[in-house]
Amino acid sequence: MTDILVRAGSLSFAYPERASTLFRRPALREVVKHVDLAVPRGSVLGLVGESGSGKTTLGRLLVRLLQPTSGGIQFDGVEIGDLGEAELRPLRARIQMIFQDPQSSLNPRLRLAVALTRPLQVFGRLKGRRDQRDRAAELLDLVGLAPHFIDRYPHELSGGQRQRAGIARALALQPDFIVADEIVSGLDVSTQAHILLLIRELRRRLGLTLVFISHDLSVIRVLCDDVAILQHGEIVESGPVAKIFERPQHAYTRDLLSAIPLPDVEPGWLTDQREVSVPHQQGSAA
Amino acid sequence: MTAVLSVQGLHVTIGQGTMAANVLRGVSLEVQPGEVRGLVGESGAGKSMLGRAVLGLLPANARIDSGTIEFEGRDFSGMPERERRGLLGRRIALIPQDPMTSLNPVKRVGAQIAMVLRHHLALSRRQALQRAAELLAEVAIRDPRRVLDLYPHEISGGMRQRVLIATAFACDPSLIIADEPTTALDVTVQRQVLQLVERLRQRHGAAILFVTHDLGVVAKLCRTVSVLHAGRVLEEGATAEVLTKPRHPYTRALLAATPRADRPADSLRPVPPELIESLWAEAHRIDRLAVAERA
Repeated sequence: MTDILVRAGSLSFAYPERASTLFRRPALREVVKHVDLAVPRGSVLGLVGESGSGKTTLGRLLVRLLQPTSGGIQFDGVEIGDLGEAELRPLRARIQMIFQDPQSSLNPRLRLAVALTRPLQVFGRLKGRRDQRDRAAELLDLVGLAPHFIDRYPHELSGGQRQRAGIARALALQPDFIVADEIVSGLDVSTQAHILLLIRELRRRLGLTLVFISHDLSVIRVLCDDVAILQHGEIVESGPVAKIFERPQHAYTRDLLSAIPLPDVEPGWLTDQREVSVPHQQGSAA
Repeated sequence: MTAVLSVQGLHVTIGQGTMAANVLRGVSLEVQPGEVRGLVGESGAGKSMLGRAVLGLLPANARIDSGTIEFEGRDFSGMPERERRGLLGRRIALIPQDPMTSLNPVKRVGAQIAMVLRHHLALSRRQALQRAAELLAEVAIRDPRRVLDLYPHEISGGMRQRVLIATAFACDPSLIIADEPTTALDVTVQRQVLQLVERLRQRHGAAILFVTHDLGVVAKLCRTVSVLHAGRVLEEGATAEVLTKPRHPYTRALLAATPRADRPADSLRPVPPELIESLWAEAHRIDRLAVAERA
């Protein structure tokens, strides 16, 4: 039997919509609906979907930044779906999240030496200033940043360097499981490829288990073993990456794949009028 | 045949004195009538700045040091402000990147399109709204009459981008500058928007300068392409040629660094940092030459 590190069973999440009148109970809006997934230890699962598909909400549930409305999440055999903050705390060190905009997860007033080791400090794993600098230096080295970055502030870094710092911080506590949410979306192609290869290398070296959230199927193909396609909060198709990409079964997966503009000239691509209807009203934001 | 747009040796700097930064270093390109030219580059390449220079919409602290911009054979950058404004929106139009900040949040969609038509074509209010509804129908918006009465926040991102495309084509311009108009959209919506742009282009016959970072979008939409880096055109030509037989090492590197959904993982090659360094060294050498020339 494969060793499953993270498993979700019929996982759902709903939030109350703004009440239209004072006394009526607000309706619930379901954004993740009965999701089942299993992430084997040491593997990378890609979560793909367009805006409003619920992929970010699902990611936040898996790291328990959100509490599921129903359904369960097992982490390393332990049910964590209904744990309170105090009970979750020891697990927080083993579960990390990397965000799209590392600027928002790095305190602008802290040099990297402090910012990268803050998680260690919070968990009481730092033995003084010397230790802090040593650990920060190790982390910088791990993500391919030169030693002199230790005294830099986040705003002094380029987009790619900042994302490396965000990754380093997530690795500080040597987690088993990381959810990475659109971490290469804002980057240029040349920087993006470096970050993708870094993640691949770290995963191999550290034996990480990852959930990699992206709207970009091309990026998923580079990095993931398995992929789950989300639409309106439901997984419409999932399986090994090569299988899904080469023989997609679900109509929505096929639509997504055919909509990607590959860098090949293909005259029919613009005139192939498979008229897909556009939602008229404003949908929910990602 | 006169080119719709002809940019020759364009140098643009931002800032003053020792703080001055070169953003365009002698860019030349031409767009023929009806041509769709991709202008592709990464952030900082100067692609949006070139688009803004062509529109005469450079930021206040930027200036054209040398070079010319000709629109339909007439000097555009040296043209009196009044005359240039008469062309903007009528003969040259913009499809902006961000549909949210480009539409006025407190004006109804219909009024915003009608404003362009009334200003340039001197239509009456009723005629303008009638024409606006036709334009919305042309960009495949169902029930255009109803959409005319909605505010921008009441419609989806893909719809807002359609409204801006309709506005750009409103006066049948001969040149449209599209500045990353699909970057913020989901792939399925992006495809629909690109298909629309192509359909409208065929019907109205405008030339398009399409600014993008995405080689895939270039491949699907543009017949010709200019590859920009550090304010220089490194390579240009027919899209099919440039993508299959790239001559410049930077173009080759970009293609190899672009992840592809149709290929296994191990085909990805990041852009070598040495290549980027050497390109910047070359750019700075050009800057020193320009300074020496002026002295």
